[in-house]
Amino acid sequence: MIAIVDYGVGNLFSLCCSLKSLELDACVTAEPAVIRNADKVILPGVGAFGDAIDKLRETGLDQIVLEEAVSGKPLLGICLGMQLLFDKGYEFGEHEGLGLLRGSVVAMHGSIPEGLKIPQMGWNALIRKRPHPLLREVREGDCVYFVHSFYAADCEESLVATTEYGKELTAVVARENVMGCQFHPEKSGPVGLRILKAFAEMKL
Amino acid sequence: MITKRIIPCLDVRNGRVVKGVNFEGVQDVSDPVQLARHYSEEGADELVFYDITASFEGRQLFTDILRSVAEQIFIPLTVGGGINTVEDFDRVLKCGADKVSVNSGAIRNPDLIPAAALKYGSQCVVLSADVKRVDGVFHVFSHGGRIDTGMDALEWIHRGVELGAGEVVLNSIDTDGVKRGFDLEMLNAVTEIVDVPVIASGGAGNMQDFVTLFREAPGVDAGLAASIFHFGEVSISALKDTLAENGINVRRIG
Repeated sequence: MIAIVDYGVGNLFSLCCSLKSLELDACVTAEPAVIRNADKVILPGVGAFGDAIDKLRETGLDQIVLEEAVSGKPLLGICLGMQLLFDKGYEFGEHEGLGLLRGSVVAMHGSIPEGLKIPQMGWNALIRKRPHPLLREVREGDCVYFVHSFYAADCEESLVATTEYGKELTAVVARENVMGCQFHPEKSGPVGLRILKAFAEMKL
Repeated sequence: MITKRIIPCLDVRNGRVVKGVNFEGVQDVSDPVQLARHYSEEGADELVFYDITASFEGRQLFTDILRSVAEQIFIPLTVGGGINTVEDFDRVLKCGADKVSVNSGAIRNPDLIPAAALKYGSQCVVLSADVKRVDGVFHVFSHGGRIDTGMDALEWIHRGVELGAGEVVLNSIDTDGVKRGFDLEMLNAVTEIVDVPVIASGGAGNMQDFVTLFREAPGVDAGLAASIFHFGEVSISALKDTLAENGINVRRIG
């Protein structure tokens, strides 16, 4: 069973449906026991870094997610959920992240060329930096759906794939059992479903 | 580099798609779910559902359909039509919409834009504007393009983005239904003044119109159309092939 951590951030309807369409057993939950009993955990998220990490801490689910990650359970952060895995986020001030991955989440504004729209909203191609089982069914040039104004920087040790938007921006990260994607696999058509399936079937 | 998006728009009334025709493999083209799946499989980058029912029962039916589409089709979904309050946002977002477009509702009450943007994020709020030239000036029209508000369209769109709209759908009433191409002049005027994605609507008659759109209005991010897709005049996969052959970056599937 895959537990989708519900800490009051974002719309989990599509994510849940996408997993169900793959005939995967998934549930949206805020129950520590359910997360502990799950085989895998997804940390979703939409909105601002500070708000989200505060909510995660208020619910106490940050500790559960950390414990499960440290125990070796596969964890996938999606969009803001991926950003929260890092040490720090700089959206409306400086915020401590979960610290599961080295790096920090910084604004695209001032970091990508002028004239490019922020947020990056739309389909962009993945550029693979190293092989990883999450992308086993993804081919060169496959596009996924992004909506973001911030990106993970200084994360070379976990970098798996990037996307080109004025410069190469972090798209997929992984370090051992902790993984994340900046884009929305649940909104990325067949390619996104293949990534979710790869996560579900991953043996670690 | 980010791709240019192709977006079919489906008008839904009483649970059925208005203006459907026959497609191979689609038995019931007025079934929103079947048509949505067809477009998604052809490579549509996003779908817009426009609710043109007025009754409460019609609204209920619409959200049921939306939920059913969102359960099966995993590309971004935008919903418009009859969005007047933050509760309306809530109603459609819960059923799987990713973005919500406001038009007359925001003209009547511009505070709707910041209220929704604060609650759901700017990326969720799409400002849809029906625009027509009146004495050489772009005016915003409301009520499905029937009523001249007298407002300057460029000022309104600029204000809407300042208020928190994260995307703009610009529908040119002047070119809508004429099928002689998008309104490049109007589109370029808008992309000059806003820094959020702009979706072109109104005027597509053939594939070349999309090539011209992305070449001549490079600030435009997406092209939206309804009838040429519904009537099978243009297939989305063939359109993407043509765009790619013309050096325009698009998402290919398959």
